[in-house]
Amino acid sequence: MLNRPQFFEFADYKIRNHDDEGFPYSYSGIIFLQFAWNIIHLLASMSYVFWDIIYLFQSYLISSGLLKKYKSLNINQIHHLAIVIESEEAHNTSRVIELLRWLTTLGVNSICLYDMDGVLKKSKDIILTELDDASLFELEAEKKKPLHEQKQRIVEFASLSDGKEGITRAANYLCSHDVKIANGTLVFTEANMSQALKACGYVGLDPNLLIVYGPARCHLGFPPWRLRYTEIVHMGPLKSMRYGALVKAIYQFLKVRQNHGT
Amino acid sequence: MGSVGSFLSKYFEKESMLSLLRRGVFRILTVGPTPNHIAFILDGNRRYAQSLNMKEGDGHKIGFLTLMSMLKYCYEMGVKYVTIYAFSIDNFKRKPHEVQNLMNLMLEKIEELLEEESIVHNFGIRVHFIGNLMLLNEQVRAAAKKAMAATAKNDKVVLSICVAYTSTDEIVHAIQESYNEKQEENNEPNSNDIGVHKGFVERNPNDIKVTDIERHMYSAFAPDPDILIRTSGETRLSNFLLWQTTYCHLYSPSVLWPNISFWHLVWGILNYQRVHSYLEKKRKKTF
Repeated sequence: MLNRPQFFEFADYKIRNHDDEGFPYSYSGIIFLQFAWNIIHLLASMSYVFWDIIYLFQSYLISSGLLKKYKSLNINQIHHLAIVIESEEAHNTSRVIELLRWLTTLGVNSICLYDMDGVLKKSKDIILTELDDASLFELEAEKKKPLHEQKQRIVEFASLSDGKEGITRAANYLCSHDVKIANGTLVFTEANMSQALKACGYVGLDPNLLIVYGPARCHLGFPPWRLRYTEIVHMGPLKSMRYGALVKAIYQFLKVRQNHGT
Repeated sequence: MGSVGSFLSKYFEKESMLSLLRRGVFRILTVGPTPNHIAFILDGNRRYAQSLNMKEGDGHKIGFLTLMSMLKYCYEMGVKYVTIYAFSIDNFKRKPHEVQNLMNLMLEKIEELLEEESIVHNFGIRVHFIGNLMLLNEQVRAAAKKAMAATAKNDKVVLSICVAYTSTDEIVHAIQESYNEKQEENNEPNSNDIGVHKGFVERNPNDIKVTDIERHMYSAFAPDPDILIRTSGETRLSNFLLWQTTYCHLYSPSVLWPNISFWHLVWGILNYQRVHSYLEKKRKKTF
């Protein structure tokens, strides 16, 4: 694969290599470029601070109920909501529980909690104990129960190993069970892979909306098979989470109309 | 003063002011980490055409011109891999005449790309068409194969055009190829001795592994994307590069694709640079 010089080698690279037009970098030129880069990033950071203040003010207005359009949300359109949390922040279980309480207040009853390292999986007993009548996601088991015995709220826990490795396990499940044979060889299709994923225990619904609490707008390895048409919204760090920002994210999601390629 | 004047007039003869400004900004940006691979979802061509009361197909034609500009900016900046989502398997659900128009446009543009003065030759671009090409009609498939063959020796930068592509189809195809490879290994003589020859006995050597699937992905020749840009403010991936975007910075400017500019790219790269060290730390931790 083709390579690029790494950031920390910038000055060294530029001093040792000439520009293509034969115009070599001088030491003062490198200092100027570094200074200009720092200025551009400082201006970018200032714009983020400015917009953070605006959004903070807006969030307080939403929380106080002064903005009418955020008051009644048609939450039924969210069949399943996923939350990706940066693993280091996921240790803050009390914040995670508070976030889940906000969502249940809003009426979201089917949630997937994801972090790369499986920190939330380790905390699941604490989290489920704090939440009344929520159950671990065991869809098939729940659906077999009579309707009045089914849990009202479902919380699912996932980590990086449920993504690519999960798909690999499903593929090996098909290999060992020979679900479909054509001309003497196994043919993999999206349909039989979906069934195999369920058979391997990956029964989670595809989330409509995925909210990311962390430094970057990145899904951090959320199970790929479930991300096809999921709206992804970045909320910032978990420590700065705000109820108003959550309401705004859900409101904006409810305005989206997907055409699924048509 | 005379030498400065001649220097300036020489530069203005060769390049416009905007091009000079662009080069200056790129010089500054490359102080920080620069993405090796950028992926684009070209969303908004139809809405652009509707907003200007144009014919639907004209939005895609203008979108193509915008694509050429964005490719130029990316390659000038030193991005080595660019991937674009040109046509999804889901897009076959559109009205037949619209699908046909898109196929005709694709055919026309593939021919243009191969012309002497095109961006492909100016930048030494190697073109890959990735997706389930058997879903395309014979003409488009042949043109795509011709373009790949004609640019196979170019080695400076890579353009991956996703046609008849979805990520789930790519994953299934990779699994199928991995399975077929395992079957062939099992059918070879002495295949049961593989573990012994290596000096240890492998557990379940016939199991497909994550690395097997990654080796057989359509896009295995390219590293994972560093930035994925989807225009029109849409925040979903629409079944594009779901496997490859574990550590990818997602950027969704609200601008329609034909209106995307150099400054949007700059802003996307600035944001990537802000989170680069965090994403690298996550990537290294997993490996």
